[in-house]
Amino acid sequence: MDLLIALIPALPLVGFLFAVLVGARLDRVPLHGHGDDHHADEPHADADHGDGHDAHDVDDSAFRSVPSEEEQRATSPHAGHADDLANAEGADGVIPADMSDGLGQAGHVAPGAERPRYRSWIVPTALVGLMWAFSMVVFANVIFGHNEYEVTIYEWIASGDFRIEISFLVDALTAMLLLVVSTVGFLVHIYSIGYMDGDRGFWRFFAYLNLFMFSMLLLILGDNFLMLYVGWEAVGFCSYALIGFWYKKPSAAGAAKKAFIVNRVGDLGFGLGIMMIWVNLGTLQFGEVFERIGTLDEGTITIIALLLFAGAVGKSAQFPLHVWLPDAMEGPTPVSALIHAATMVNAGVYLVARANPIFIESPAAMWTVAIIGVFTAIFAAAIALTQNDIKKVLAYSTVSQLAYMFFALGIGAWVAAIFHLVSHGFFKGLLFMGSGSVIHGAGGEQDMRYMGNLRAKMRWTYVTMVIGSLALAGIPIFSGFFSKDEILAEAFNRGYLLFYAVGTVVAFMTAFYTFRMIFMTFWGEWRGPKAVWDHIHESAPTMVAPLAILAVPTVLAGLVLGIPPEEGVIHTWLEDVFHEAEEAHAGVLPGSYLDGYIQKGEAHHFEIFGLGGLLLLVGAAVATAGVLLAYRWYVQRPGSAERFVDRIPLGFGPGMYEASVNKYYVDDIYQLVWARGGVLLSNALWWFDAKVIDGTVNGAGWLASTVGAGLRKVQTGRVENYGLGIAAGLVLVLLVLATVVR
Amino acid sequence: MLSLIVFTPVVGVLLLLLVPGSNHRAIRWIALGAALASLGFSLALLGYDPAGSEFQFREDLAWIDAFGMRYTLGVDGLSVVLVLLTTLLSVVAMFYSFEPIQTRVKEYYIALLLLMVGMLGVFVSLDLFLFYVFWEISLFPMYVIIGVWGGPRRIYATVKFVLYTLVGSLLMLVAILAVAIAHAASGQPFTFSYEALRGFAYADTLQALAFVAFFLAFAIKVPMWPFHTWLPDAHVEAPTAGSIILAGVMLKLGGYGFLRFSLPLLPDAAVSFAPIVIGLAIVAIIYGGLVAMVQPDLKKLVAYSSVSHMGFVMLGAFVFNEQGLQGAIYQMISHGITTGALFLLVGIIYEQTHDRLIEHMGGLNARVPRYAAMFGLFTFASIGLPGLSGFVGEFLVILGAFRSNGLIAAAAMVVVIISAVYMLWMFQRVFFAVPSDWMRRFWPTLRDINRNEWIALSPLIVLVVVLGVYPGPVLEMIAAPVDRIIEAVNGAGLTGFGPLW
Repeated sequence: MDLLIALIPALPLVGFLFAVLVGARLDRVPLHGHGDDHHADEPHADADHGDGHDAHDVDDSAFRSVPSEEEQRATSPHAGHADDLANAEGADGVIPADMSDGLGQAGHVAPGAERPRYRSWIVPTALVGLMWAFSMVVFANVIFGHNEYEVTIYEWIASGDFRIEISFLVDALTAMLLLVVSTVGFLVHIYSIGYMDGDRGFWRFFAYLNLFMFSMLLLILGDNFLMLYVGWEAVGFCSYALIGFWYKKPSAAGAAKKAFIVNRVGDLGFGLGIMMIWVNLGTLQFGEVFERIGTLDEGTITIIALLLFAGAVGKSAQFPLHVWLPDAMEGPTPVSALIHAATMVNAGVYLVARANPIFIESPAAMWTVAIIGVFTAIFAAAIALTQNDIKKVLAYSTVSQLAYMFFALGIGAWVAAIFHLVSHGFFKGLLFMGSGSVIHGAGGEQDMRYMGNLRAKMRWTYVTMVIGSLALAGIPIFSGFFSKDEILAEAFNRGYLLFYAVGTVVAFMTAFYTFRMIFMTFWGEWRGPKAVWDHIHESAPTMVAPLAILAVPTVLAGLVLGIPPEEGVIHTWLEDVFHEAEEAHAGVLPGSYLDGYIQKGEAHHFEIFGLGGLLLLVGAAVATAGVLLAYRWYVQRPGSAERFVDRIPLGFGPGMYEASVNKYYVDDIYQLVWARGGVLLSNALWWFDAKVIDGTVNGAGWLASTVGAGLRKVQTGRVENYGLGIAAGLVLVLLVLATVVR
Repeated sequence: MLSLIVFTPVVGVLLLLLVPGSNHRAIRWIALGAALASLGFSLALLGYDPAGSEFQFREDLAWIDAFGMRYTLGVDGLSVVLVLLTTLLSVVAMFYSFEPIQTRVKEYYIALLLLMVGMLGVFVSLDLFLFYVFWEISLFPMYVIIGVWGGPRRIYATVKFVLYTLVGSLLMLVAILAVAIAHAASGQPFTFSYEALRGFAYADTLQALAFVAFFLAFAIKVPMWPFHTWLPDAHVEAPTAGSIILAGVMLKLGGYGFLRFSLPLLPDAAVSFAPIVIGLAIVAIIYGGLVAMVQPDLKKLVAYSSVSHMGFVMLGAFVFNEQGLQGAIYQMISHGITTGALFLLVGIIYEQTHDRLIEHMGGLNARVPRYAAMFGLFTFASIGLPGLSGFVGEFLVILGAFRSNGLIAAAAMVVVIISAVYMLWMFQRVFFAVPSDWMRRFWPTLRDINRNEWIALSPLIVLVVVLGVYPGPVLEMIAAPVDRIIEAVNGAGLTGFGPLW
């Protein structure tokens, strides 16, 4: 079993190395695109609404038609020869064409272009498949066998009493994450075979995907905070590389950078939190830290918890560091599904859940987590309402749903948070892959205003996406219903009535924007160019199959894990992990109005014909209402939304709408303060450097040489003059300093 | 063995004198051969036993007995890793120079070999005067390399470099003499032996003065803020190999000086001055990063990032605990490798376009993907991505700083944001989007990394990964020297000779 666990992260690492070393030689992509290039060769007619959303398509094709060194090597008969040979070829015939293509003109399809050949996916995908199988074995062993495994590989850093091992821990919490990460990861690999077809960076894409899997597995398997941090940074790097995958698009390159930097703001806190733990406790190993944390005073614990939470806020895109996630949608859609919906963004939730013994010691930290969660939930949902880019809707929805999880963590509903993490991982992965299928089928279009009626041509995508949406909206029997309502019920039961109310409003908004998306995309009339409509087709089986597979847990996860509500089987599974945290103060924090009413360890029991049943009913009703409103506004009476905005009293409507569309101007403010301000400050410092500091240095030199000129009669060499002059000056300074010192 | 390592390059120089200057091929291979031989000999130092006596591979010969100067060589773990770094980077620099350097080839390689002698001598000397001699020997070849094979403003840059450093080293000479005289004045035999001078308790005033003198010498070399302004100029004008050696090894002479001399010889002064040094280090870390952000020239950007990275070395050295000191040394090694590699990579593009302005680039990822990938590797190593070498040193230094004061650590930690900003912004402008109009002119002839460049880069690529994944052996090597430094400083008590003012 130990070997199996060690192999789980090792396999994708092997896949990564394989793809980097030989991937380029396995693919063969013709120089100027090919007949089946669904993005590049379709006449693109959306110049009439060219407000930037077509950038993906154009630049994409540009990307595809530019031969890079690798591809030339791979296609050339001399593939594999020394580099300068390839360079010499490069310098010959190919480049003029490359020149023009590289600048964004449509690639001319070379006559008799051969079909592309892709083989670089085979080994990485197979390895991830194997990894998935191993993960399932480990999952079953841990969950059903009630085992816990610790595996040590080697000692990584040993400096004095600071000793860090590369070691893995698999308990029930890790196992739940493992289930989501390996399943969605494997499916995304399969999906990508179809989605990335025709892309010149095909092997590169699989290399990064494998590296991401490796990093993510390190993150969830790590047995100490530093390993968690290593995985944390490494997934951040993969996210950077994959968001910027289509690096020719300036927007993609910018989004990649933004994601990494904003994450690093959180990591600043996370890193300091880790150091603070070590300085105070002398260990970073999870078990030891949690054992000793009680010896610290509450103030220290609060600072540690808040520093850790800063990292979580960054990685899980919570306010005020949420700005990177929507931009990250510039990456290829499989990346959005895997990294920016189902796995990496959960890392923050995982961190707080893992560190639960730290957080429960500090009510202030718990309140912070809860408040950030509740606020971000409604804030992001309010933006999602008005977005027209299908991926942006899903992105803000992800922010909002992650916020639900933090909300749950903050009120001590640990299991509910993980439950929602699992179900959200499945259904949001499904929705993102579905949206990718839509974008793929609709010729690269992402703006829902230019879609419509796609259900006529994309049956499978439609059905699976509706299933995913029902889960996201929280319609009964689907997984999201159980997990979300568990969070809301816990909030109610523990006396956080305001949080409960906000959460319920968010649930309504969620149902509305989710089905707004479905209706705008799949219902009504096709609103895009006619020429595109004729080309719309269902996606390849490699893309549809993962959708269908993910639909299964989307339907079943809630029924299997979540019944009866609040006492479902997932509670039994995770009992060991959160046992003490649940005991601590039954999740009721000082300040909640039930504080003091609920005794420690007092269990709350669900009754279908009691309060619990009523809360479920409310949840279901709110979700249904949201769906119905979306139906009325976007199917029955299109244009209602605009009329509604106009009817908001006092003329606030259009302003509110604008603010929502513009993401409440947070990005603009950051741009102004941090980006502009930073450059301004840096330029000022540079001026100071050149004029003041260097000016002083040169002034000293000038002074010395002037003095030296007076002494020229005795001295001959120039350099020596300078030197002596400056030396004399500095000795003088030294003497002055010496008198001051003593 | 140590003499063999240090003076093999001299053999190379002697051989070069016999070869006619027009035979470039022979000159290059002889020089490289000598450097490789030195590298080969230096590998023997891996046999250093961390559990054994402090200085191993000792050599001790009479030199100028009248003044107590001896030819004493010896290495501890700190010296070993720096000697290996020096020989390796020298070989890399020499091999890389095969193509770019076509004028005065003989003189160029003689300068590089002499430079090697000076740097290696500094790291293995156990006699302070011998140390000083090697220190000066290392200065002039670099003066020549920048002044002859450098860019358009090379004379300005190199004169500034040499004068600035010279001022420092003259002060250091005074300090060395003062220390030796003070030691002798107490009735001990007159000697420059490091081991003898180290154990002596110097008077407070002398410590303060000597510390300041040493400090200026080393701080200029590191360079510490605000003595850093020679560095960007020198880098911009230096030929690529000069930059590799300058950033990779020469800056470490300063760091080595602090660890070898300032701290153990003058522990009371070191403790008393520590708050000032730490303050300057923090300024360097943040200031260097911010100024790097807006540099239009790639080399200047890397140069200012060096100011920031070397600030970590200083910070780690002066928090006086194992993590900080080990981190500082590790940071020196890692910085030598990543920054050396970055300068090499900048050189590759410069050789083709004769331009380094960031705004003149763009879109290179499409044309030279391998180059971009390697640049990316070292970029991320430089900003401390875990798994690559930069992380270990940076993390340990900040951890060490946290042990002494959380706020210092927090200030230093800001670098994780700043470094990401300046490096990734640069990376975006150079490699992403589409080429600038200027770059398009070179587009047809632009080539990826060629075979020679791969060979030069490959040891650095291997090391940047290995040192990140498996730092154990190096940390073990430098553990004992670090413990000795801490011992010396602890002997000084917590306050040194009391607060400065």
